[in-house]
Amino acid sequence: MPNRSFFWFFFPAGLAMILFIGLPIISTGIQSFYAQHDQILIEVKKCDPFGCKTSVVVDQEATSKLKEEKPLGKFNGFGTYIDRNHLASDQVSEFWNESKSVGEFIGKVGNLPFYKALVFTLTYCVIVTPCVLLLGFIIALSLNAISRKIRGPLIFGTILPMIVTPLVGSLVLFWMIDAEGIIGANLQILMNDPYLSVKSSKSLTWITIIIYGVWHHSPFAFVVFYAALQTVPQEPLEASIIDGASRFQRVKHIVLPHIYPVVTFVALISLMDNFRVFEPIIGFSAEGSAQSLSWLIYDNLVNEEVILFGSAAATSIMTIIGISIILTPVLLRTWKEFRTNR
Amino acid sequence: MKKILVTLLFVLFGTVANADCNIKSGSINILANDFPALRTLVETAKECKGSADFKVTHSAEHNKIAVPALTANPSEFSVRVAANSSIVPLMNADLIRPMNDLVKKYGKGIQESQLITIDGKVMAVAFMANTQHLYVRTDVLEENGIAVPKTYEEVVAAAEKIRAAGKMKYPYAAAYKAGWNLAEEFVNMYIGHGGEFFKAGGAQPNINNAKGVATLNMLKKLADLSNPDYLTHDSEAIKVEWEAGNVAIMTLWASRSGTLLDDEGDAKITAATKLVAPATVGGGNIPAATLWWDGFTLAKNRSDADAEASFRAMAHAASSKEMVAKAADQAVWLVEGFVPGPKSVGVIEAVKMGAKPYPMLPQMGLMHGALGSEIVEFLQGNESAEQALKDVEAAYITKAKEQGFL
Repeated sequence: MPNRSFFWFFFPAGLAMILFIGLPIISTGIQSFYAQHDQILIEVKKCDPFGCKTSVVVDQEATSKLKEEKPLGKFNGFGTYIDRNHLASDQVSEFWNESKSVGEFIGKVGNLPFYKALVFTLTYCVIVTPCVLLLGFIIALSLNAISRKIRGPLIFGTILPMIVTPLVGSLVLFWMIDAEGIIGANLQILMNDPYLSVKSSKSLTWITIIIYGVWHHSPFAFVVFYAALQTVPQEPLEASIIDGASRFQRVKHIVLPHIYPVVTFVALISLMDNFRVFEPIIGFSAEGSAQSLSWLIYDNLVNEEVILFGSAAATSIMTIIGISIILTPVLLRTWKEFRTNR
Repeated sequence: MKKILVTLLFVLFGTVANADCNIKSGSINILANDFPALRTLVETAKECKGSADFKVTHSAEHNKIAVPALTANPSEFSVRVAANSSIVPLMNADLIRPMNDLVKKYGKGIQESQLITIDGKVMAVAFMANTQHLYVRTDVLEENGIAVPKTYEEVVAAAEKIRAAGKMKYPYAAAYKAGWNLAEEFVNMYIGHGGEFFKAGGAQPNINNAKGVATLNMLKKLADLSNPDYLTHDSEAIKVEWEAGNVAIMTLWASRSGTLLDDEGDAKITAATKLVAPATVGGGNIPAATLWWDGFTLAKNRSDADAEASFRAMAHAASSKEMVAKAADQAVWLVEGFVPGPKSVGVIEAVKMGAKPYPMLPQMGLMHGALGSEIVEFLQGNESAEQALKDVEAAYITKAKEQGFL
């Protein structure tokens, strides 16, 4: 396609991307460098149905003057990025000096909100992504080998987890693992511990969310793999059968190399999706045991009565950086292949 | 026949005209939490909307919507029904207007005690009071020879006895859901221990002390007597537990009693459910509970005509004797003419015992938020009480610095 027509084809999409993705990211970046103005408090008499007392409120006149002069707030540089609720540079170096062993140091750092969320996010990513790839591939292979007559309904059944709204899917599982739900109650009997609770145990909550993640994301991998499997040429497969290759050998040496670009694609998308894990935490009410980076942003924006724009912006920017770092190896590899192919 | 019809029509229109406050223009749009008393109030306000536009949004997510919606100019809502805690972010950001003039002009039926004044400016008009207090199952207590508990120490002893008797596995319940609910339980218990959240005259936190540790230990003892899933249980969830007959003693909002004691569900449990005073703790004499009011505020970024129409409709409801007579068991109304019934016991006892109102301080929301996430690990047994309190203070200080309070 000539560059000119490519440009005009791409233009509407590009414009929308700049307007709705590019500009907000820039705005978020700018906001992350600002904090609120110093609050000017004054003492006043407050009365309510339960009596009067002297207490403080924000002085609106003085504050509005400050706000008019500098509507963005107080310039804070990287202050928000390195405070305790984010990278916590001071705390980390303090822990390093205090701690007697590496284990103690890691324990203390893991107690800081940002690192706590990072550990969960990475654990989720690292476990769910390969499982999704593997499970999706196995399902695609098996369905591809099944008689065409029952394939349709089976495919529909398989992609059901993707059709179900994430929140609904997690709520269903949430009720099943309740201390009185089918899974929760049976676990109690199985383990012979009437006080066992999946929801209050940190590790069990993590396992639940990870299982849910695999369940929810596998159909996507399956659909893409299944489509790719339809393009695998039959001749080399037949030739290999004549040569006496086992099923495993055929998959390893013919099918996999053929659909390799698709695997990269699915891996990329899954990694990105999983790094932004959020809905299951809300669905499972798991805020107590599992927090992800996306959840931190949500928490800063809506869970407090005071909205922390600076904090949320800083976490958002760090999430974007995190996703870029995770994707770099895959992207580099794709780029290299692209170059050698040309 | 025709005559009868005409007369009937007159009667009908006559009643409508009676309730009409003669509002000629403006538009009224209300944002409110979602529980029965508030629905009644808004319905009453609607009676007198006259020819004004009338819209209402009842949402449990009202806190998340309020600030952004009122920041817009013109604001999405003209009225925000708020409480002690949720009025603070609105005042911090200067989003609500004083209504002294309107009170003078149209607020005839409103009592002086209903006005929330800040430095003489009327910022809200309260119409109901709320608190968290104990609910007990009299049948279970009697069966085990236990008196109605007055302190949380007695609650623990009673719950342990009920559990030991093999009657119930998890005899106690309270809304311990990580986040806002759990923090609210801490606030109650800490105030019950006589604690202060901030150092005198400033925004420096002051919870990492013996009272804070005692508070956490009491919360843990109660949590151990609750359903093991307590960290995911909000007010609605524990209400369900209660109605299923799994719980004998519970700490719950007074405003939730209406649906708890309705005709739905097991009549035996409903009959044995008794509302009693909030408990004290640690030998203190004030209850481990906070007093709350619910009231209406007017958005600043809205035309004066809308504010006037909204005030007149809301003032009609907030001074309606018919409403408080009709809905006497839905809430503890602060409106003139309210006769307290058995469901008001909790709030009235709390006031008698000298319960403190929830602290209406500009930085309290940040403290509440820090508590909700940082004390979870202590309850899970992964952290000492001192460490948890240290974490709360550190998280609070970081947020307070970003918000300019420190």
